Amino acid sequence: MSTIKTAVNRRSFLKVSAAAGGGMLLGFGWLSSCAREPETGLEIPESWTDINAFLKIGDNGVVTIMSPNPEIGQNVKTSMPMIVAEELDVDWQKVVVEQAGLDTEKFTRQVAGGSQSIRQSWKSLRTAGATARRMLMEAAAKEWDVPVSELTTEQGTIHHKSSGKSIDYGAVATAAATLEVPEEVELKDPKDFKIIGTSRKNVDAQEIVTGKPLFGLDVQKEGMRIAMIAHPPAFGQKLKSFNAEEVLNMPGVEQVFAINAAPEGIELQWSDTNAFPELVAIVGRSTWEVMQAKKALSVEWETAESPESSVGHEAALSELMDKAADEPARRDGDPGKAFQGAAKVIERTYAAPFLAHNTLEPMNFYANVTADKAELEGPIQTPASLRKTVAALLGMEEAQVSIMLTRMGGGFGRRLYGNFGSEAALISQKAGVPVKLVYTREDDMTQGTYRPAYKVKYRAALDADNNLLAFHVRGAGVHGSPVFENRFPAGAVAHYLAEHHDLGSNISTGAWRAPRSNFMAYAEQAFIDEIAEVTGQDPIDFRLQLFEKAQQSPVGENNDYDAARYAGVLKLVKEKAGWGKPTPGLHRGVSAYYCHNSYVAQVVDVEMQGSTPRIKKVWCAVDCGIVVNPDAARNQIEGGIVDGIGHAMYSAITFKNGSPEQQNFDRYRLIRNSEAPLEIETFFVDNGIDPTGLGEPSLPPIQSALANALYRATGQRIYRQPFVSENEVLG
Amino acid sequence: MASFTLQINGKPQTVEVAPETPLLWVLRDHLQMTGTKYGCGIGQCGACTVHLNGTAMRSCSLPVSAVGDKSITTIEGLSEKGDHPVQQAWLEHDVPQCGYCQAGQIMTASAFLANTPKPTDAQIEAAMNGNLCRCGTYTRVKAAVKTASAKMG
Repeated sequence: MSTIKTAVNRRSFLKVSAAAGGGMLLGFGWLSSCAREPETGLEIPESWTDINAFLKIGDNGVVTIMSPNPEIGQNVKTSMPMIVAEELDVDWQKVVVEQAGLDTEKFTRQVAGGSQSIRQSWKSLRTAGATARRMLMEAAAKEWDVPVSELTTEQGTIHHKSSGKSIDYGAVATAAATLEVPEEVELKDPKDFKIIGTSRKNVDAQEIVTGKPLFGLDVQKEGMRIAMIAHPPAFGQKLKSFNAEEVLNMPGVEQVFAINAAPEGIELQWSDTNAFPELVAIVGRSTWEVMQAKKALSVEWETAESPESSVGHEAALSELMDKAADEPARRDGDPGKAFQGAAKVIERTYAAPFLAHNTLEPMNFYANVTADKAELEGPIQTPASLRKTVAALLGMEEAQVSIMLTRMGGGFGRRLYGNFGSEAALISQKAGVPVKLVYTREDDMTQGTYRPAYKVKYRAALDADNNLLAFHVRGAGVHGSPVFENRFPAGAVAHYLAEHHDLGSNISTGAWRAPRSNFMAYAEQAFIDEIAEVTGQDPIDFRLQLFEKAQQSPVGENNDYDAARYAGVLKLVKEKAGWGKPTPGLHRGVSAYYCHNSYVAQVVDVEMQGSTPRIKKVWCAVDCGIVVNPDAARNQIEGGIVDGIGHAMYSAITFKNGSPEQQNFDRYRLIRNSEAPLEIETFFVDNGIDPTGLGEPSLPPIQSALANALYRATGQRIYRQPFVSENEVLG
Repeated sequence: MASFTLQINGKPQTVEVAPETPLLWVLRDHLQMTGTKYGCGIGQCGACTVHLNGTAMRSCSLPVSAVGDKSITTIEGLSEKGDHPVQQAWLEHDVPQCGYCQAGQIMTASAFLANTPKPTDAQIEAAMNGNLCRCGTYTRVKAAVKTASAKMG
């Protein structure tokens, strides 16, 4: 057990509801939440008491826990309330979860990004639950006139052992809410956790499998119109003119006008990345009718001055690979001299294309803007940033703008950038009606915010005894360098050099699941595999030696990893996969990577069926600290692995004359069921450390584990993604 | 504009729409049945899958005028209480991540199992290959189809 101060947090969320004294029946969406889990047969409480921003307790002991963070499929809507429930000490079967809207007064960091939801909210969620539990105990102590220290709780009931008295939370909730918030509370010892560390089903699962409206695209409101946008077909182009008249007489079409989501003088946020702020908007009665008008509308776009192409990017990135950066990002020892004196130098270059996020639910948002307020609802990973921008664009105060969060049909980083939310608000304001803005798949895939195209060159210097003397990495991207200068093998090599280059572009890019890591883990771990081979060492032993060195005598400062935990996952996967005892006919690859504060090592077995690889099994060892919801955590790991394999193998956005050549899933290849691994087995390191990221870390390393296995299968090293281009097979 | 009376989940529903309107948008916009999802509009992702006389169809590419009196089943009508063996299996395996594609996956799986109650692994993959899952839940989809098959047997 440990104590934690609540006072510092009190302003942010530990507010006792002013009206709570009398108990309340709140219009809280209870009926719909109840319908979510009919099998639990929970009775509807007659009154509710707000204990704090995170939870309410009904007079019959049913607890509603708010899930503050946006749900993009990472399952925080289940796992975050589990943490509150753990410290509150209630029966999970009596918990109903509600999605909170944006509320920066009550909640901190309502963001889905960087695999940080659990890590950054771990303490505040626990404190919310523990504080409520303490207040309920104090209320019971007062009623029974006994010291609170003599009370215990169990599954929503307070016990006083010596008198044999017990009372349910629901019976003291109203009294508890009138008490002062305690200055500090005790948190459970992780070994006493009853909910955390046990698998609990997705709280929305029943609604998902029965097709209930959960997503932004499902929003329906009185008087709502459908809006669509037309953006330039090529990056660098701008709106010149359009002919509204020719579509205004089409059935269902009501308004056609231009909007500008980045007018001069408006302060924009980092999340307003947008290549096409000037758009044509079409508003009408139904999606299909507006789609037809969008197709028929003739728009003139100003010609781009220098339209970009993938051929051009390739040449420019290649040029940068041969150019030293003005300033190195990191230099340890004397890499120049070490390379000169090396017995052997290995040099390899790796490349990867732009990728689209392609959330299966395309971008969309609902907005109802009237003279004095703007009500927004939809899928957004950064609602607080969106509210700032929308308020600025509409000329309103932030307090006039509300944002409700819907479940999201995927995020992967795309919905960090809320241009579609701003566009919906502008369209509603100008049209004077509530609108749901809907992107077609083509709009979604061609509007940018891509994972950047990257290139990276590695060099390794070996001495006559095949010891790794020096390591050099130089990376460039459109936009931004992918290189993490302080990550492995920095710290494990005496002479080390890391360099960044950034190629400018008018194509917009953004964070895509495991930004930069999603490329660097592929390149770095494929290169390490090659070095190990040249030195004649086992690829796992070779890595372990480097981790040993980084642990015993680290080189340089700021090494951004814990070598012992890194080695830990590698040893675990080595043991679980039975490394060194390969199965005939199967080809093995290994990889390990650290990102989002978590460590992952993977072994993959591939069988070649003709020239098509079949992934028979993936073993995955993960160190992300305490695992809140193990089966859901495994689901995240499995998803990251399938996602990583899919994009490494098949996916690309390429450009010609400034336009993406892939606009829908007929040309943009996503992994399908028969291409996924037949089996994925995940092992979590049990170390009691506070939880770290889980949504992203399994994606990066699998690409190189696969590349390394494919090398053993085909004899060909792979230096470029996607591994398989259209109508082409390996081998 | 024309009037169409459709048999949806056992009930007749009349809509006034252009004949070429895809069934997907008739369901979503005109009947407020949003369980059937839009993903690509070109029959590539399977998110819009419904049953037409028991056969899995892509509703995004099916003009309402082509439906006639064939019976339509959507995810909302797959079972009365949300307890079709495929839905149960999906819950048991806790398949969904974001959940957006899962109605389409379930509709494909339920039509498939009705015709192929005891499928091989290869048959499951072939049947489910038309349904994209961007979150990558494919291994669980496969496992859930097997569980559903056992339940239906």
